[in-house]
Parts: sequence; structure tokens; C-alpha cells
Amino acid sequence: MASSVQELNLLRPGHAACAGCGLAIGMKLVLEVMGPRTVAVIVPSCEGAIGGVYPNTSYGVPTFHSAFEIAAPTAAGIANGLKIQGRDDIQVLAFAGDGGTFDIGLQSLSGVAKNNDDILYVCLDNEAYMNTGIQVSSATPSYAWTNTTPEGNPRRKKNIMEIMAAHYNPYSATATIGYPRDLQQKITKAKGIRGTKFIHLLVPCPTGWRTPSDISPELSILAVETNVFPLYEVEEGRKYTINHEPRRLPVQAYLLKQGRFKHLGEEQIRQVQRDVDEEWEKLKHRASLQG
Amino acid sequence: MRDLREGLPESRGGDEIKSVWFVLLCCRAEVITGLSEEIAMKEFMTGNHAVAHAVVLCRTPLIAAYPITPQTAIYEKLSEWEASGILKGIMMRTESEHSAMASCIAASLTGVRTFTATSSQGLALMHEMLHFAAGCRTPVVMANVNRLLAAPWGFWADQLDSLSQRDTGWIQFYCENGQEALDSVIQAYKIAEQVYLPAMVSLEAFFVSHFMEPVDVPEQEEVDRFLPAIHLPHKFDIEKPGFLVPVVSSELYRKYRHMAQTSMDSVKEVALRADLEFKEIFGRGYGIVETVMMDDAEVVIVTAGSITSTARVAVKILREKGYRVGLLKIRLFRPFPAEALQKALGGKRKIAVIDRNNSMGSGGIFCQELRAALVHSPDRPVTFSYIAGIGGTDVTPEVIQKIVFDAMGRDEPEEKPIWVMEE
Repeated sequence: MASSVQELNLLRPGHAACAGCGLAIGMKLVLEVMGPRTVAVIVPSCEGAIGGVYPNTSYGVPTFHSAFEIAAPTAAGIANGLKIQGRDDIQVLAFAGDGGTFDIGLQSLSGVAKNNDDILYVCLDNEAYMNTGIQVSSATPSYAWTNTTPEGNPRRKKNIMEIMAAHYNPYSATATIGYPRDLQQKITKAKGIRGTKFIHLLVPCPTGWRTPSDISPELSILAVETNVFPLYEVEEGRKYTINHEPRRLPVQAYLLKQGRFKHLGEEQIRQVQRDVDEEWEKLKHRASLQG
Repeated sequence: MRDLREGLPESRGGDEIKSVWFVLLCCRAEVITGLSEEIAMKEFMTGNHAVAHAVVLCRTPLIAAYPITPQTAIYEKLSEWEASGILKGIMMRTESEHSAMASCIAASLTGVRTFTATSSQGLALMHEMLHFAAGCRTPVVMANVNRLLAAPWGFWADQLDSLSQRDTGWIQFYCENGQEALDSVIQAYKIAEQVYLPAMVSLEAFFVSHFMEPVDVPEQEEVDRFLPAIHLPHKFDIEKPGFLVPVVSSELYRKYRHMAQTSMDSVKEVALRADLEFKEIFGRGYGIVETVMMDDAEVVIVTAGSITSTARVAVKILREKGYRVGLLKIRLFRPFPAEALQKALGGKRKIAVIDRNNSMGSGGIFCQELRAALVHSPDRPVTFSYIAGIGGTDVTPEVIQKIVFDAMGRDEPEEKPIWVMEE
């Protein structure tokens, strides 16, 4: 099984991602499960850099590099075009970054989720505009340094999962590259559901997070085990399921490994811990309701 | 024009007359007695409904749209027909015009015929995607109801919305009435799918979009004969995966743009051929420009869109009074029919271009383009630019006559546009 999946190689080597790029790992893991009967949409972001410069490309499935704010309606247009031609056995996958999802693409994603068009939307969240050189987005966590928040981000990260849940779309899930099996199970599950599926995929970025290039999977695991990024899924906007019981390590274990948080004082770290604990309680409560 | 109420039973109250009128407007004209054979074959409908008919006749299976006054009747009619099964396909009710165009482009790339309709602010919001549609070489067809752009707010006819999109790589038609709007949508698919460029059909707010006129809705078999099933060469192919719209070098970008320009250049010939073929099947044709009473004309009025209809009346009146006046209608604006204009206007003394639009800091856009097209003509005429009908203000036959007299009275060329400020 594993070897045949690897043979698919739908994100070929030699692409232009930085060393240790979590985003490229995430795309590769997603594409492995999606398989060759997929049409992908990417938008201006690191996905464009990974795509390569003409005439070379790393993508092994038909891929359309659309405009920034329209990953979702582009994918929906392809899905409906294929459906009209009786080819709805082909899955349409949209990849967008956190800027393309939380910020500029939020409206169009909402429109597609409202219509429940049949696409899988994967938000590759590296928590800032990394492709344009590390500027703050609404996915950037509290106090994180970016080139446009040199004193640290004064605002909290937007809760995109709750926004998606408010659309009552059939399936949304968080995932991260440090738990590849969890991620790939979620993609498999999403493939079996008709309608708008949403994956919030946390992808560490050594360049923007100011981290060594060999610890991206480790950081991804720490994000989950500190509860900064819990693994869960939401079905029909109601049924919450926590997929992994975290070890609840202190947030320092995650924050202090990253240059973007090196300026944090004790009070700021305590605040992050309070926010994380509060969110975890809210999530546990929602999961206890069971739709 | 004949009073359509003739032959109807006399009514006693005003309300009754109104309701009879309403019924009249809603039903087929052929049931009305006493109408000529030609009218009897037609249906009364608005320009918007004429456009919706064209979309169904073209068997367009994917429509993506967002409501905006005065386009809404197109969107509503097509939704109604989707619900009742007359329209066989998918209506994507997007959350914005920008997404509507994004979806049309994407669906077009899978190989299906697509349509959207918008107006004014909606078209302006689409701007980014208009460039994208042309760059992707997608034959998306769109109806645009020409409405003024804010601020200040208004809903009235003004061509600045679509003319502001002149550099986006879209083929552009301007229609005089509902019949022409219907026919132009059908022709637009025929042309766009040959040259792989998107096409926009513009009809003015209310004067065309909402005005009810007799419209001949062609038979489906005849439209099928004119417009074959779409066949696009490049589609997403999972057997042979490709990467569409990569980052390219400067030289490649230039090459692709030049290729698109070459295709755009061919549109004039393709459009003329399509129009001739259309005329053979349907008995109507428009050309890319149309000339009226030009032979000995000393002053030629140039118009685009609904003002043309009024100008036909004005020219007739002036001719009856002995003035040698002609009319030229520009139907195809992109690509600009420079050669046709040079041929039609060569040797004329004076031209009065009437623009229902104004490019701030320059002037009427049809006039700018026309002057540029004639600049190298050895015997180029003196061209006057009149800005009239801005914001939906009325351009009556009297206003057009005044424009003609004003042009006749001018001996010196006038660079600046002349604003017609009739109350």
C-alpha cells in the first residue's frame, strides 16, 4: 500500500520550496490520498513557487493556478463543469494559504460553502503571508513577529474552523503534518463526502517562523501536544469530534523553539496559555454535546 | 406606429385599460388581432428577457451570476427556467460578480459553454477576472447592462462601465435594442469559440434592458444549425496532466499576449462572417458597423447603443427638411473596427460623435477611438465630440437635431468634447 502510494508521486521532487517547508510536505500528503483522478486549484502563494517556472512543474495532477481570492469558486466552477459532462468521479481540490483563506478569499469560500459545491478545500496555514516575505495575516498568532508586526502581532488568530462550522458544511477538520496518518484519514473521509469539505492544515514554515529547517514535523507535533492546535473535526456544523487527546504540554515547549516568539515576556506567554486553555475548554464542551 | 389597443373591446375605466395592457404585454403578440404578419411572429419582451432566451437557445449549461439592478431580470429568468427544466444545466448563485466570473472561467476550462450577466459596479468588481478570462483564452460570454458607475449613485444608462473594461481583452458589442441583444449573444458564442477570447454584449439600462419590444425568438433547430456544440481544444485531462497558468518569463508573457492580440485582430473578419451566416439563417444582420443615408452626407452622426434608434428618427426628419445628414452605428467596439470606419467615413466633411460616456480628463470614448482610427486618413473629416445622455439623461430626436445643427455651424475643429446639457 505504502509503496504504491509513493509511486504516485503527485508532487514531484525538485520544486522550489524552502528547505524544511511544511507546506510542501502537506501538499504531498494530501495529493497522495487524492490520487490521480483529481484536478487541483492553486492560488498565488508558496504553492505557485512550488509549482515551478514554465515549462517545469512539480504537480502530477492537472492544476490550475487561479487568482488569489478565488480558490473556492474556481474549484466549484471546475467541479460543476465536470459534473455537467458526467465526469463527477473526478475530485476537485483547492489549495489556498492562510491569507487566501482567512483574509482575501474568505468571502468567496463562504459563498461556495453556502452553496455546498462539491470540492475539497485545503487551507495550508503557515500563519502569515510567507510568499511575499512574512507579513501579518489574520491567521498569525498573538505576539508573533512578522515584517509588518515588528513589535509582535497585537491580535489573536482568527478561528476559521468556527467560521466554517457556521456554514453547516458537511465536513471540516484540522490537521497538521506531524500527524500524517490523521491527515490522510481525514482526506480519505472527505473524499467520500459530497459537498464542501474544509481541511485546516497547519504547516510550519522555517523561513517565516524563524526555525531550523529540520524541525517542522516536530513543531507540528508540539503545536498539537501543547493544545495550540487541537486535532478535531466538525460535521454539519454540529458534531464535534476531538481526534487526539493531547499531552497538554505548556505552550513554552512550542513557542520558545521559534524565533518569531523569542521576544515574548512571561506575561505574554501566560496570556497565550490562558487563551489556549480557554479554547480547549470550549472545544471539549462542543464535543460533549455531540450534535 | 400603430396603436396596439385598436380592435380591443372598449373599456370603461382607466384601471381596466392598464390591466388589459398588462395582459397584452405578457402574452404573445400573435394573439392580438389586426397586427401585421411581421409583428405577429414576434413576442413582446424586455431586452433582459431577450438575453435570457439567447442563453437557453445556445444550450449554455453553466451560468454563474450575482444580482445587480438592472441585470436582475436576466438572472431571475434563467433561475426560473433552471427550476422548470427549460434550462438544462447548473446555475451557480455566487456571492459576488468576482466569483461568478471566476467560476465561469474555471468551468469554461473544463470545456463547457458558460454565461454570466452583470452591470456597473458588478462589472467593475469583476475587473481582475476579466483580464484573467482573456489571458486564459476562455470563450466566456457575458451580458452587461450598461449602468452608470457611482458616485453619486444611480441606476441609469451610461456606457462607462463596459468602456472602462476596454483593455481587458474582451470582444465588445453594443446593442441598439432587445432583438439585437438576443442575436448578439448567439453571435458572441459563435465568435468567441472560434478565437478563444471572451465576449461581452452590452445593452443599456432600462432603454434596452427593461423596454418591451417585439422580439423574434429564433427556433431552436435554427440556432443549433448556426451554433454547433462547443469544442475546446484544451481541457483538464487527468490522463495527461498539465499545469495551467504557470509563472512565465518576460519573453513568454510577451509571446502569449502577442498571440492573443493576433486572435483579437481576426475577430473583425470572424464577426463579419458570423453575421453573414446569421443573416442567411435568420434573415437579420447587423455588420460590425452600420451606415444609414451616407451617400451625400455632409454631417455624419456616429452612435453606439440605443441612441442609434433615436438618431435614425432624427436623420429621417432632417433629410425630409433637406439636410444632408447620415448615420454610422458602431456595433463592435473591441476589436475596434478601424478599417471599416476609415472606409465608411473617408471623404466625409464633418462627423459628430455622440458618446453616452465620458472618460474624465479626456472625453467621449467612442470619439477618442474614432479619431485615432482616422488620424492617418489623407482626407480625414473634422470630428466633433458630443457628450450626451450621461447618467441616463434623455437624448431625443430634437437633441440630436441640435447636435447636427451645432456641428454644421462650426467651421473650426474643436478638440474638446461638447457637453449637451439639455434639461
